[in-house]
Parts: sequence; structure tokens; C-alpha cells
Amino acid sequence: MAEKVLMKGNEALAESAIRAGCRCFFGYPITPQTEVAAYMAKRMPQIGGTYLQAESEVAAINMVYGATSTGTRAMTSSSSPGISLKAEGISYLAGSDLPAVIINICRGGPGLGGIQPAQSDYNQATKGLAHGDFHILVLAPNCIQEMCDLVSDAFDLADTYRMPAMILGDGMLGQMMEPVALPEPHESKIEKPWAACGTEMKRPHNVINSLYIKPDELERIVMDRYARYRHIEENEVRYEEFMTEDADIVIVAYGASSRIARNAIMAARAEGIKVGMFRPITLWPFPKKALDRVADTARAFLTVELSMGQMIDDVKLAINCRRPVYLANRTGGMVITPNEILAKIREIKGETL
Amino acid sequence: MSVNHQITIAGFGGQGIQFTGKFLIYAGMQAGYEVTCIPSYGPEMRGGTSACFVVISDDKIGSPIFSNPSLLIAMNTPSFDKYEMSTEPGGYTFVDSTLVDRKAVRDDVTTVYVPATGVASENGIHSLANMVMVGKILKETGIFSYELMEKVMPKLVSAKRPQMVETNLKAIRLGMEL
Repeated sequence: MAEKVLMKGNEALAESAIRAGCRCFFGYPITPQTEVAAYMAKRMPQIGGTYLQAESEVAAINMVYGATSTGTRAMTSSSSPGISLKAEGISYLAGSDLPAVIINICRGGPGLGGIQPAQSDYNQATKGLAHGDFHILVLAPNCIQEMCDLVSDAFDLADTYRMPAMILGDGMLGQMMEPVALPEPHESKIEKPWAACGTEMKRPHNVINSLYIKPDELERIVMDRYARYRHIEENEVRYEEFMTEDADIVIVAYGASSRIARNAIMAARAEGIKVGMFRPITLWPFPKKALDRVADTARAFLTVELSMGQMIDDVKLAINCRRPVYLANRTGGMVITPNEILAKIREIKGETL
Repeated sequence: MSVNHQITIAGFGGQGIQFTGKFLIYAGMQAGYEVTCIPSYGPEMRGGTSACFVVISDDKIGSPIFSNPSLLIAMNTPSFDKYEMSTEPGGYTFVDSTLVDRKAVRDDVTTVYVPATGVASENGIHSLANMVMVGKILKETGIFSYELMEKVMPKLVSAKRPQMVETNLKAIRLGMEL
């Protein structure tokens, strides 16, 4: 393992992307992710890559479309309002079966919202990012090390399945500094025979396109894509369990809120309340089966979210509502405290245990 | 004894608040602890104030954000006004008494008045009040050894200004002598 260095989440993520072979980055500044773009602006020229500050988020995502069409590993990053602007382009990427990595360092919304950490883009990322039948992979790190590791995995998964992958972070992860062991630079072995990178007059043209005028043809393509999605749901689910074995109450939380929940779990255990945590790392595919297994032993669930409660619906669906599911939340950029979570745990204990 | 320091550092832009946070967690990392540091990045930064939140622990760190620090460093009056009440009972508050003209209202925390800015100015190192403060904190709390500071400083000071290693260490020594 490499020596640990101290880095800000946004910078560590950017460096890790470069080490994973990202050679084109198209950005546009927005708090709290601007350091990603700033870091790329400094580093890309040093390694012979391309950094371009686009004239808008819309332009940036379409530049990604162009770059990734050639088989180049390409990335863009933004924060909530900027991701909404990129949505159309992400739908085109999905409809053209193009890999790409998109970073969302989420802030409070809706609208221009605020600049403090939030998780209120969960539904957008996992369900309703843009028009049409499609999914993107959504990975949710909860520490700087995982931000590095997952951005590397995101490129591999995106290339393997020919679809966009998103790292859904938040202002807390983007801004905080933590020790991290950066991965060694590595080359991808994934072949891209579909890339539009010049035929050298040796093969037919590769065409990158999302327009299918004939409905039967479009239906077939979408159905093929969904067969791939089912394969991903079977094979690419990731999650982490913490003290769930004997837990009466299982907290479900990802990203920043899972870190805060950990403090509350330790405090609750000190009071004799058996609390554990189930942390989805892939938000799409959501770890439905694994969570349903936890419902065999847990008596109640508590989702902790920096939103008005979005993931809670996926939790209820995963366990078929066979246990009560509660919500502890703050929103708008307010960060929930361990004490607020602990108060909710005590309340649940009184009601259901 | 378990180690779990939660440190709020606050002052105005230019006092090296963020550097102090980075310095403390780098030292913590070198000492073998888990560490996090998160800056306040709210709109108040544009008004000139700066703050960061540091956790140094011998256990895995959950939240990097906390409401009640075990140690508060207040480098100016607005910061002292904003955070004085947040310090955990039994904790420490270090105040730059050159810039803060009032006394603490709390008696359940140990308040240490350090003329950090004055001492730095008298010694011709105006920008290093933060390191004078670190020196005093080392002396009062024993959080880190001076030897560790000597080891850590060269890693954090820009390679373009190597002479600043000794200047920073001098500031720490001045603080330790207060």
C-alpha cells in the first residue's frame, strides 16, 4: 500500500481519476466541487491529457459525449444544479451506450438552493435523471479513500457495461481532508471495438447514435439494455454492514450521513440499545436482496438522510414493508447531528421494541 | 486513555486557520491517529472569517463535523463570540488575547489567554500567530511533542520557501515559552 497522504476529497477524487486513465475532463465551476476542476486544470496538461473549462454544464457533458465516443476515458463533475443541466446529455450517453464518469458533489436544493452538503439528489441519480428508459450506475463513497477507490471502479464498470456511472458525493466529502493511499496508475484492459476512433480503412464505420425512428427497433435496443441492467443488479451490488448481526434497529444510510450515524450507533450501544447499520455503496443497483435478509432479524429500520427522505422508499420496497421504517433527516444543507439520530433511536425503541 | 480531540479553529482569512487545521491533522496522522479536517465553506468566508473543524482520534472517525469541540481556538473576537458557548464542559478554549479584548463568560472550561498576534509581531513573524498558538497548546495540553513538530513541519511548508520551516518552528517555541 502506498504511503498515506492528506488530501481534500475533491482533489483525491480527481487524482484517482487520472490514475485510472481519465484523459479528458470537461468542467464548469460550482461550489462545493470546484476543486475537482481546479485540480484537473493543473494536472491534465502535465500528463498529456485534456482539461477544458466549458462555457456551461450543458456544453461540458456534450464534450464528454464526444470524447468518450472515441474510446477515451472522460469525466465531468458538478454539483446539484449543474447536474440537472447535464441531464439531457446523460440521457444521450445512456441512449448511445457510452461509458462516462459523472461526479455529483451534492448541495442543498431545489433550484439554486444552497452550497452546504445534502443528499437530496438521490431520486434524481437513481430514478429520474432524465427522459427515457435508462439507468446509470450510482456509487456512494463515505470517506476519501473510498472516493478514490470508487472513481477507479466507476471507470471500469462504465466501460464494461457501456453506460454512464456517477459518483454521488456531497459537500462534506468533497471538502473534507483525510489520509488517503492513492492507487498506482493503472491501464484499463477493456477493449472498445465500438469506438469511433478512425477506421484506418480497415473496418466499417462505427456509428454512435441514440436516434431510432422505427419503434420496433428502439424497443429491441431498450430491452437489450434492460437485460444488461438485470445482469448488473445480480452482479454489481455493493454494501457494507456494521453491527447488524444482533441489531434490533438497523440504520440505513450512505455517504456523509452514514458517518454521522456511526457516532449515534456507538452512543446507542453504550445505552444498551442494539443498533447497527446497513450502508448501500451502490445506490443503483440498490442492494435489495441483502437488505431484505437483514429484515429477517431486525425489528425496525431507520433511514438517515440529508433530504426529506428519498432512499426511504427503496428501503420500504426492498423489505416489502415487513418492518416499520423511520426517518431521521435534515435538509437544505443542514447536517444532522449524532444526537438528533440518537433521539430518534430512543423514540423508536419506545414505540416498537 | 483513549484519544478523541475535536478542535474548532476560527479566525479571519489570512491568519492561517486552514493551515493550522492541516498542520494538526498531519501531526496526528504521523502520530498514528485517525484524522479529519473540514473547512467551513459557507458564505461567511467571503466576509473574511475562516473556520475549520479537526478530529484526531485513536478510533475510526464517524462524523468529521461536531457541535461541541473539546478544544476551541479563537483567533479573533467574532470567532470567540460565535463559538465560546460551544466548547464542551471541561474542555479548553484558547483565545488570541491580542485581538480579543474581552474575557470568557464561561467558568466550566479552561480558558487560556495567549497574546499570539502580539508575540508574533514583536518577533517579526506577523503571519505566524497561529503557530505561536499551537506552541502554547502543546505546552498546556501535551497533545503533541515538539519533536513531532520538527518532523512534520518540513512536509507541510512549501519547498519554495524552505526557510519557513525554521520560522514556523521558532513561532511554536515562542508559544511554548509563554
